[in-house]
Amino acid sequence: MKKDEIIRVLKILVRNKLSLLGIIIILVLLITAIFAPWLAPYPEQAEGEPNLGEKLLPPSSKHWFGTDYMGRDVLSRVIYGARISLLVAVSVVALGLIIGVPLGLLAGYKGGVIDAVIMRTTDVFLSFPPLLLALLISVTLGRGLENAIIALGVSWWPWYTRLIRGMAVSLKEKPYVEVAKSMGISNWKIIGRHILPNAISPVIVQGTMDMGSAILEASALSFLGLGVQPPTADWGLMVSQGKDYLLNYWWYPTFPGLAIFITVIAFNLVGDTLREILDPRLRRRFL
Amino acid sequence: MKLWEYIVYRIILAIVVIFFVITIVFFVSHVIPSNPAALWAGAHPTPEQIEKAREQLHLDEPVIVQFYYYLSGLLHGDLGVSIRTHNPVSEDIASAFTATLELIIVAEIFAVIIGILLGVYSAVKKNTWLDNVSRLFAISGVSLPAFWFGMILQLLFFKQLGWLPLSGRVDTIVILEHPLHIITGLYIFDALITGNWPVFQNAIWHIILPAATLAMYPVGLITRQVRSMMIEVLQENYVRTARAYGIPDKMIYFKYALKNAVAPALIVVGLSLAYTLVGAFLVEIIFNWPGLGRYATYAILSMDYPAIIGVVIVAATAYVFINLAVDIIQMYLDPRIRV
Repeated sequence: MKKDEIIRVLKILVRNKLSLLGIIIILVLLITAIFAPWLAPYPEQAEGEPNLGEKLLPPSSKHWFGTDYMGRDVLSRVIYGARISLLVAVSVVALGLIIGVPLGLLAGYKGGVIDAVIMRTTDVFLSFPPLLLALLISVTLGRGLENAIIALGVSWWPWYTRLIRGMAVSLKEKPYVEVAKSMGISNWKIIGRHILPNAISPVIVQGTMDMGSAILEASALSFLGLGVQPPTADWGLMVSQGKDYLLNYWWYPTFPGLAIFITVIAFNLVGDTLREILDPRLRRRFL
Repeated sequence: MKLWEYIVYRIILAIVVIFFVITIVFFVSHVIPSNPAALWAGAHPTPEQIEKAREQLHLDEPVIVQFYYYLSGLLHGDLGVSIRTHNPVSEDIASAFTATLELIIVAEIFAVIIGILLGVYSAVKKNTWLDNVSRLFAISGVSLPAFWFGMILQLLFFKQLGWLPLSGRVDTIVILEHPLHIITGLYIFDALITGNWPVFQNAIWHIILPAATLAMYPVGLITRQVRSMMIEVLQENYVRTARAYGIPDKMIYFKYALKNAVAPALIVVGLSLAYTLVGAFLVEIIFNWPGLGRYATYAILSMDYPAIIGVVIVAATAYVFINLAVDIIQMYLDPRIRV
């Protein structure tokens, strides 16, 4: 993607009310995550310190979102939760890219048997329900944040492999690649210097749009007890812990869940518009 | 690629995937350190009991041999015996599966009705506030954490309004007073054909909230799909002609235009079926729905490996075949995809 094209896309994104809303929410989230220790009213409680004197208090001026079963300020924990969520989103997509992009480049550039083996492997992975795969991997590796990220990343990569393979197949026919080949430049250099830079931008765009889904799936794993472990402040885990307190202490699961919802919707609002601008055929992934 | 070649390829692929799943799940469950023999023998087992259990479960054999036993059992529909319930896993799963199936069917019916209505109006009123609201609604549908949205519905419709029951599939007292003759295992359907109205009503009452929760995702998909198809169709000449003849708008939209938008919408229903199958896992936990998801959760909590493996195999097989059917139908309807 060229520079003026990026500016064109950004302009459309900002002009569309809904995607502008998405961008604003993501920016707010980013700021919240970075400045969490200064923004959270009770940072020590967000890090897990119990405050048993103030268990399950309803929202008030002292605790805007109320307190949880250990008396910890829910607002502070929701603010800290933004860090985990963004960390998960970025790491899952990054892991998916790290596995998926080289395989896609290799498949597209080399073709033949290598291509067939790699693409059939993606077929196998894509026919498996992602959450179930992630569930299995987390059960095997054990509970915890890193394992949940690995589990999701591993179920994620085939999408990127397919996308970048398509790009690589068309790029390798380009005259400048042919010239480079005839000059005896090594395959690795051609892939690194000519194919990758020209193929990567749609994949990066796709990855950005996938962050919402990554957060949603990670929260489902946390909810099942397979993701982040207490006392870390994580939205999915907070909803799961708050589940048993729902009817009498509604604020406890409601606010962390709302945070997940708003974050995911922000990424999807931007993604939905991007998809319409860039490539309508990609729609199947989202919907 | 010709259609039949594609179908053969996909069926072979499906079999490979399922074999791959079985292999992975089996070996994974044998890597995790645990003592199934002790679990099997029950509370406070004697060493002899454990030894006997080890023999019964073939735990003394090498893993490869155990895998062979498992596969040959599987071919006869034998998924082993649950360590937790001591029932054959296949029996447990069969009854849980119908509960999940009922939930999914009702959710998809909700989704189709709401999705088509929203999609049609969104297309007709393109770029108005109604279209924007419906877009926001559709995107919300695919962004909602199902487990959380279910709780919010419970808070609203059970706690605040008192209109709908909190959880469960049917009230025990109702089923005791009016025993249900099980035919298909789908309570609503069975109660309907046996004329058991109290159970019928009670079951519908219970299914509304979980089905609505589960429907949110497919509603989003169907709305967007119907909208984009309708926008295309509404620009066709025959729609303009119909308008010129003075045919009422409602009839144009729902009788003529929608007909052409319905096939792609149905494909989305198929695609979302696979999602709802997995989504049901989370929704069932919230609503205490006695389906596969709740069964799997209990199995995970009690390290009941035969049950975990069984659920994963059944769910993955269903997922693979739903996707297979949808892709083949899609191929058949739209030859452009055959590349």
